[in-house]
Amino acid sequence: MVTDPVLLQTAADLFPNGISRYAVGGLLVGLGTVLIYIGTGIPAGASTFLESTLSYVSDQSRFQQYVGSRDWRVVFTAGIILGGLAFAATFQSGLVTSSLYEPGTTGQLYEVAGVTLWMTEVQPWRLFLGGILVGIGTRIGKGCTSGHGVCGVGSASKTSLIGVVTFLTVAIGTAQVVAALGVSP
Amino acid sequence: MSDRHPLFKPLIFVGGIVFGFGLGFSHMARPEVVLNFLQFDDFGLPFVMFGAAIVSGVAFALLPRIRDAAPLTGDPYERRLKPFDRNVLVGGAVFGVGWGLSGICPGAAYASLGVGNITILWALAGMFLGAYAQGYWRSRSQARDTAVTGAD
Repeated sequence: MVTDPVLLQTAADLFPNGISRYAVGGLLVGLGTVLIYIGTGIPAGASTFLESTLSYVSDQSRFQQYVGSRDWRVVFTAGIILGGLAFAATFQSGLVTSSLYEPGTTGQLYEVAGVTLWMTEVQPWRLFLGGILVGIGTRIGKGCTSGHGVCGVGSASKTSLIGVVTFLTVAIGTAQVVAALGVSP
Repeated sequence: MSDRHPLFKPLIFVGGIVFGFGLGFSHMARPEVVLNFLQFDDFGLPFVMFGAAIVSGVAFALLPRIRDAAPLTGDPYERRLKPFDRNVLVGGAVFGVGWGLSGICPGAAYASLGVGNITILWALAGMFLGAYAQGYWRSRSQARDTAVTGAD
């Protein structure tokens, strides 16, 4: 096999953490979606949980259309949280290692009851303000990275493809501007 | 809707766990890693999104050929396409600004809580606030539209 050092160097620059953790993680995200779809026929997205859960506490007409799905969406979200915890208790804690998993260097690690947990260093105001816009945007735009990005793109939906291109383009522009303004982390 | 198959919720739960584990494994539960992609420092993110979309895409394409309906709900395996309108662009753009500013999106934010990221509660609070604001506004504008139509 001929290896081109320049090409390898370029690849290493583009993927400082390799690609296996991303690809394997993505396959698992897809697998979770598929498990639910096989059993139920539901292409589950994560952002409807926001509106469906609000239907428990608000009688605004907008939220009432999700009353039928709100219970299982809570179960889905509880599963996602627990899945994150299961990852933390295994790979993040170093209990399980794999050549496919590259640990990260971002944020800060801390330990509770033998489990290595992780916390972001991104500033709370960014998370809160970003969260508000994400909450408004996904609900007006009919989906998020999982609803449009995974289920929508997976079903070759033109609406979802346009949605993904729109939010990816705008997000890249926004992140570039924010970084150029010197906001970090 | 209430008398679903007894395995309906357990399956959703297991699917959620695999989904959340994948988000943890891929580091999408870390806002920093998402921001690194958006700032062109690490191009790993598309492998997550498109890797997942390929897996779901294969299942979405194959299942309707294998059987007609899902065992736990009786729902047909069919494409449920969302209609395209201006909202997809407007909402997508607003979501994009939020995603680019914070590096978080709904699914990854829930998983982030699971990996121990207590700070993400700021983002979750923001998301609920944002979703409530748009729901409040749209409920009111819908009521107004209905009232106008009713008067005609």
